[in-house]
Amino acid sequence: MTKAMWPPGETQHEHQELRGFASFDDPESLSYVDSNGKPNFVLIQQTDEFRTLRRRLTTFVFPMTVLFLSSYLTFVLLSAYARDLVSTKVIGVINLGILLGLGQFVVSILITLGYSRYAKRRLDPQRTLIAEKTGVEE
Amino acid sequence: MPTTGNPVLNLSVFAVFVLITLYIVYRASSRNVTASDYYAAGSSFTGAQNGVALSGDFLSAASFLGISGGIAAHGYDGFLYSVGWVVAWLVGLLLIAEGLRNTGRFTVGDVLAFRMRQRPVRAAAANATLVISFFYMIAQMAGAGGLIALLLNVHSKWGQALLIAVVGMVMVLYVLVGGMKGTTWVQIIKAVLLLLCVTLMTVFLLGKFGFSLSAIMQEATEHNKLGEAVLDPGAKYGISTMSKLDFVSLALSLVLGIASLPHVLMRFYTVPNASEARRSVVWATWTMVIFYLCTLVIGFGAMALVGTDAIAAAPGGENSAAPLLAFRIGGAVLLGVVSAVAFATILAVVAGLTLAASASFAHDVYANVIKRGNAEPRKEIRVARLTAVVVGVLSIIGGIAANGQNVAFLVSLALALAASANLSTILYTIFWRRFNTTGTLWSIYGGLGSCLTLIIFSPVMSGSKTSIFPDIDFAWFPLGNPGLVSIPFSFLCGFLGTMFSRREPEHAAKAAEMEVRAIAGLGTKA
Repeated sequence: MTKAMWPPGETQHEHQELRGFASFDDPESLSYVDSNGKPNFVLIQQTDEFRTLRRRLTTFVFPMTVLFLSSYLTFVLLSAYARDLVSTKVIGVINLGILLGLGQFVVSILITLGYSRYAKRRLDPQRTLIAEKTGVEE
Repeated sequence: MPTTGNPVLNLSVFAVFVLITLYIVYRASSRNVTASDYYAAGSSFTGAQNGVALSGDFLSAASFLGISGGIAAHGYDGFLYSVGWVVAWLVGLLLIAEGLRNTGRFTVGDVLAFRMRQRPVRAAAANATLVISFFYMIAQMAGAGGLIALLLNVHSKWGQALLIAVVGMVMVLYVLVGGMKGTTWVQIIKAVLLLLCVTLMTVFLLGKFGFSLSAIMQEATEHNKLGEAVLDPGAKYGISTMSKLDFVSLALSLVLGIASLPHVLMRFYTVPNASEARRSVVWATWTMVIFYLCTLVIGFGAMALVGTDAIAAAPGGENSAAPLLAFRIGGAVLLGVVSAVAFATILAVVAGLTLAASASFAHDVYANVIKRGNAEPRKEIRVARLTAVVVGVLSIIGGIAANGQNVAFLVSLALALAASANLSTILYTIFWRRFNTTGTLWSIYGGLGSCLTLIIFSPVMSGSKTSIFPDIDFAWFPLGNPGLVSIPFSFLCGFLGTMFSRREPEHAAKAAEMEVRAIAGLGTKA
């Protein structure tokens, strides 16, 4: 199956490492699961697929965290230190501060939806790929 | 002076609610045997169900009565709370929910001790959980006292104490009979009722004012002695340098504390996998957005229709804004419904907290620290049930003692504690490979210890008229909320503790397992 198809580049040493574990089975079935059925997490961690997943996850969640925290703190700091600015009336008696606060609601919804979409398109398929490659189930 | 309706009617709506939910809890939990069933409802809830229950866990009496009351009394400054509480769910969604679901089974200790030395870390995690839950629980029980005074017209301290004890016993009953499954169903029912209730009130209010928020706010300013200034920041927190810093500190605790609360974290185990955990946070975010949009309208609506002075004069003070508004627009029946929902809120949240605290003690301390991981599951559950009773009794005593204290403030302290002790530790353990046992202990105890110390020496405890001990003065820390200092401090402690201690190569395999499980979700059922 897919297990034998090593991408060029990482093939050599990983393949050899795997060989070390394979005393009885033929190389086709030797895998990321040891003889007791326990997944070999160190090997899985070193695959390109896992690294890609980790990179995709962190390059989304950390910048987004910085984004929403700075947008929230901007609102908080403006409310504390720029009272005159946020007291500016915009619609009727509704002032800029209330609108900025409601803006935080909008930011939250957008990031929530964005992450769901990203996870469905970029993260979950990659997880399935790793599960298929390693033969380790959820 | 508005009255608070008919106590007998309020009480009977409440009693009917309790009976119905107890029956459902009983039905839901007839096969409540394994540890997984008791602590995590057998991971059998869907993302949507759990999401509603999650928001239910968070929509406590403090957020329903406290926020709408805060807005009714202080306008803009009350609104700030709701913004923090919505944004906070992003921390849970992006950083915590999935990794936690994939690496733990029942408690926060499961995750923190995953790749560390078991006993010290589990003990530390349990200590943090117990302290945080206790603070949060006292807040809820104190809130119950005020609510009872308002809704049932019980004014004697003894009468309120008796009712707090009854509320406490009912909630322990939920936990004993229902475990996590029963508690979750109570949360779902309560959250749905609460959302229906606030949505209907909001639609009614908007209709009354021609669907213009501005018109409601305009009318509101005419019933507040600050006039239009109540729509600007500063009505509550003032404009001195320290009060501004205090406000920023509070805001930080709000946004970082929620996704670190033990009973909220424990909810992520009731779903079967990480993508359901994600879905549940998405649901929770939507319900919270709707809920807090409604409280904005309800808060200003109460200011407009009831008036700030009338609210302040009512028994229960600020907390009575939503019930008084309900009475004003829907008469005794709507008041009865709102009060039943508010009671149910306290019951359900305290039940969730009791469960988190008892799970932490039974699973982390008893099974893993005392019995070194060899406890019989049946015995572990018996210990958990026993702990639930002890925790219940303690919270009844604490609640009676704290009756009359400021609820929202107690909650904000619990949030600061949670963010200080748990957030840094969870993030490091999921995302930082080098993190080790020493770092874990430093960040938990550093965060918890610094936060507790700063609370003790803050104006909250002594030295000002509103303190718990107003007559003596040992306060040297100027802020009421310690989050601004203690949260960064716990991150620093975790970093330094790790860097100043040796690496743990013997845990390398566990660390790899944790990372693969947390990020890829593989092997989580093994």
